Amino acid sequence: MIATDICVIGAGPVGLFSVFEAGLLKMRCHLVDVLPQIGGQLSEIYPKKPIYDIPGYPEIKAEELVEKLHQQILPFKPGFTLGERVERLDKTDEDEFVITTSDGTEIKSKVIVIAGGLGCFEPRKPELERLEHFEGKGVVYMVKDPDKFRDKKLVIAGGGDSALDWSIYLSDIAESVTLVHRNESFRGAPDSTEKVFHLATEGRLNLMLNSNLHSLQGNGILNAVEIINKQGVVNKLDADYMIPLFGLSPKLGPIADWGLNIDKNAIEVSTLDYSTNVAGIYAIGDINTYPGKLKLILCGFHEAALMAQSAFKYVYPNQKLSFKYTTVNGINAF
Amino acid sequence: MIVFDVVDGNGNSQKIEVPEEINLNLMEVLKASEYNILATCGGMALCATCQVEVSEGIEKLPPPTDIEMDMLDQLPRCTAQSRLACQIKISDNLSGAVFHLQSA
Repeated sequence: MIATDICVIGAGPVGLFSVFEAGLLKMRCHLVDVLPQIGGQLSEIYPKKPIYDIPGYPEIKAEELVEKLHQQILPFKPGFTLGERVERLDKTDEDEFVITTSDGTEIKSKVIVIAGGLGCFEPRKPELERLEHFEGKGVVYMVKDPDKFRDKKLVIAGGGDSALDWSIYLSDIAESVTLVHRNESFRGAPDSTEKVFHLATEGRLNLMLNSNLHSLQGNGILNAVEIINKQGVVNKLDADYMIPLFGLSPKLGPIADWGLNIDKNAIEVSTLDYSTNVAGIYAIGDINTYPGKLKLILCGFHEAALMAQSAFKYVYPNQKLSFKYTTVNGINAF
Repeated sequence: MIVFDVVDGNGNSQKIEVPEEINLNLMEVLKASEYNILATCGGMALCATCQVEVSEGIEKLPPPTDIEMDMLDQLPRCTAQSRLACQIKISDNLSGAVFHLQSA
């Protein structure tokens, strides 16, 4: 088990900077992120885009800011668990937290800092009656093990690249693949689109354009999917699996079940120190909310600084904390 | 003033008036008007929680850009009238339009 003072959930700019602020107070941090690299949105979504409101930088590319933050926190030797999603939070008898990730990694810490940004990106679900009922019983949102679909009847829904790519791939393995798309054309990669139309002409893929999912059928386990076209005609297709591929949408994920006060997908905090309603858990950056909240990186940096002071008092209630400027005190690396 | 109608999920319709010079997008105006939309991504066409259906006046709006189209194309509940409010700049073009709120 990894042991640290502060476990930071989210390795975006604000999570990274919290390592610096904690480090100044001699607290060690371990960061966990579901993405395989540090930087959060900055690395994943807009690495090449310029940011204009970082104090001291008239303009800086997102990826460059991540790199500089990384450099800045290196003296404090943060640990990283990347590519794993935080699943569970438990409390030990010694009043410490234990975080468990999707891969079973355990991290024990005195304080949790949630710097989760937009949250986890989870599959977007279609609005269908009894959808939850069929989840895992024929409805799957991700193709993890393609072999599971061998010689099965599949209905895939969606119009993006993943819908096209999986339709092509699975058409070789499955007994039948039907691709349902609301439009008559695809915006995915042109060669994938061409391949899909080619497979349809060859009869190896059933293409249902201008159509939407209508209903799911089966007694406990999915056995058919009804499709409705633009004219309102409903077609029933036998199906062992239905794979909706409608992209990903940011959600709070398991954090939503930790007993924290939540308002509109964001965690409520006190502006005194960005603590949540659960002692020892803080939330900073885009994932928190309070009156007047601005979702800006620079606000997240400020929140990280105040959080660290409060976290220190929480971890060491009997120690006196004297505030020191880095200009006077320098950086005392671990 | 630019005036358009907003219909919420319960079917309640309200006229929204916005000054011409306001430099906001429709998502921001909806949030400021206390509509319960998440707008998780803050206007980057990433979360689609500000999806709207434009039942009147869609032809007057500037067409969606590639990033908006890419997102719309993935959404389960999407029609030819669907748009992302965060990608619609407030302008004269919105006068008389009718927006129905949805959430993804």
